[in-house]
Amino acid sequence: MRWYPPRPAPCPSPTFYETLPMPSETLAIHARAVRRVYKAKPEPVTALAGVDLDVEPGEYFGLLGPNGAGKTTLIKILTTLLLPTSGTARVAGFDVVNETAKIRRVINMVAGGEQSGYGLLTVREQLWMFSQFYGLPNREGWRRVDELIEIVGLQERRQQKVRALSTGERQKLNFARGLLNDPWVLFLDEPTLGLDVSAARDLREHTLRWKETAPGRTVLLTTHYMVEADQLCDRIAIVDHGRILALGTPAELRRRVQSESIFRIELDQLPRNGGLAMLSQLPGVLSAVRSDDSADGDRAGASSIALKVALASDSALTSVVTAVAEHGANLIGLQKSEPSLEDVFVELVGRGFGDETEGAK
Amino acid sequence: MSGYVYNSARSAREAADWSRRRLIITNLRAVFGRAYPRIIGLTREPSWVFFEIFLPFLAVSAFVFVYRALKAPEEYIGFVVLGGAMTAFWLNVVWMMAAQFFWEKDQGNLDLYFTAPMHLMSILVGMAVGGLVMTSSRALAVIGIGTLLFGVSYHVQEPLLLIGVFLLTMIPLYGLGMLFASCFLLWGREAYHIAELLQEPVYFLGGVNVPLRALGPVSALVVATLPLAVGLDAMRQLAFPGAQSTGVLPVGLEVLILVAMGIVFLVAARAALAYLEHLARREGRLTLRWQ
Repeated sequence: MRWYPPRPAPCPSPTFYETLPMPSETLAIHARAVRRVYKAKPEPVTALAGVDLDVEPGEYFGLLGPNGAGKTTLIKILTTLLLPTSGTARVAGFDVVNETAKIRRVINMVAGGEQSGYGLLTVREQLWMFSQFYGLPNREGWRRVDELIEIVGLQERRQQKVRALSTGERQKLNFARGLLNDPWVLFLDEPTLGLDVSAARDLREHTLRWKETAPGRTVLLTTHYMVEADQLCDRIAIVDHGRILALGTPAELRRRVQSESIFRIELDQLPRNGGLAMLSQLPGVLSAVRSDDSADGDRAGASSIALKVALASDSALTSVVTAVAEHGANLIGLQKSEPSLEDVFVELVGRGFGDETEGAK
Repeated sequence: MSGYVYNSARSAREAADWSRRRLIITNLRAVFGRAYPRIIGLTREPSWVFFEIFLPFLAVSAFVFVYRALKAPEEYIGFVVLGGAMTAFWLNVVWMMAAQFFWEKDQGNLDLYFTAPMHLMSILVGMAVGGLVMTSSRALAVIGIGTLLFGVSYHVQEPLLLIGVFLLTMIPLYGLGMLFASCFLLWGREAYHIAELLQEPVYFLGGVNVPLRALGPVSALVVATLPLAVGLDAMRQLAFPGAQSTGVLPVGLEVLILVAMGIVFLVAARAALAYLEHLARREGRLTLRWQ
């Protein structure tokens, strides 16, 4: 059901209500019951099975899911490349079916492994060519191109032909292309796919810096890299088989699967008089076991033992630390174990990202 | 303003509110932007000189020697040279217009063209303008070398009309290329074969190396459908003395046919493009690579 703002009184004019922005028109992205079915043999494939999504202006929003989850299909619908089979979607308040021209003026898209453009052009020329597609005046276009080349760190390659660029440099170029029109909504579809660690990190930093510098700009990122989503996104939707399974901030998502507090406690030795059994019986302690990564080796001349202690709440930690000290052991290290987004995904779906077959069984 | 930020609009809705003037200018810029790689490509790929001037010239030379051996009228040599020059345009239309969207899709450019704010027709026009400039230099080279080597003599009484007919020929010719660009993409991954299929039959039916009238009754039908054939026939009549006797139709009528073809092909190209975009969005197949 749609929500409409309460009517103010007195009514200024009959058209007043029509000019009030509806919630869906003030959102950067708004999707309701979006379905997409591809014709296929022997039977149609449902890529999106009813997606509801609201992304606020200024958000860095992530769609996290394995290959075939429907992330790219959703991006294609939002970037006006594909029609939804049913449902409604709006970008910057414009309908993806009927207002494509307006959407295209305020968006841009960068995909991983993109080989767009023409290899015989130089880096500068390539960017300038794309700037013309967005109507940038000639001189302004060149200025903007030079600015972006500097921002993404391709100054030394500006006169190189595009075909001579490495994969990482190519993706930096693509990212610069994506910013040419200063988009209000930037779609990043697996942008670090195939990049080495350093190039991927550079690109992530650029996207963050752009977000910080450009107020009101929104990023929709699709990725199957958990760390990337965790590091970049304000909110994340976990997608699988065309459905959003969970949505929230990375911390909120983790809390969904964490009903207990887990600590990794490193001691110089096991507590005397009962050891682990003693710890397990303390109030608020759910379990205390030797951790798999227990060093037991020589560390600065002394061996260490790692324990994994599950607590009903963080407040029980004090009694554990006190008990350890009272029973002759010294605390070397203490670390709270956070569940990863992968834990969240496994909890929600019952399988890991690369485990499609097992999950299907 | 930071290098990242370019827009002075205060909101996305404001940024999306374009005037008609801005829309037109953006499309004109897009035409120039897309033409640029083709024009600059002239200087970047010198090997094209060999493949697109020297090799086609060998075919022209072969016909010249055959006509000389058969003691054919001397203007036939000029017909072949002019036909060789116009061949360059047909090759450009088939390979770099008709098949282009297919290659663009595989490169990932088509997605970006679809999501940019200009009309796709601007991209096609840009490809045509760039191709025209690029190919004109090759065509001029073929005419220049052919004229010098084979001693072709021209008798142009109405040079402006000749230039006008040439330009008028280019409109339906590239219009046909624009129409084919959408069709090739719709027909799937056989673009390479379709392009090959269109090449040799058009050389034959277009009267590239023979006077069009030599084809007999078929020639009238050809004139009515192939802009290359109509334009070439009219240009030959305007450039060579006595060519009126080998022409299929009077030049005036051929000009009218070219105008009609230009309108039909451009309108059809626009309609095909609109259909292509709709189908691409509905089926989700046409913008996917390797499909």
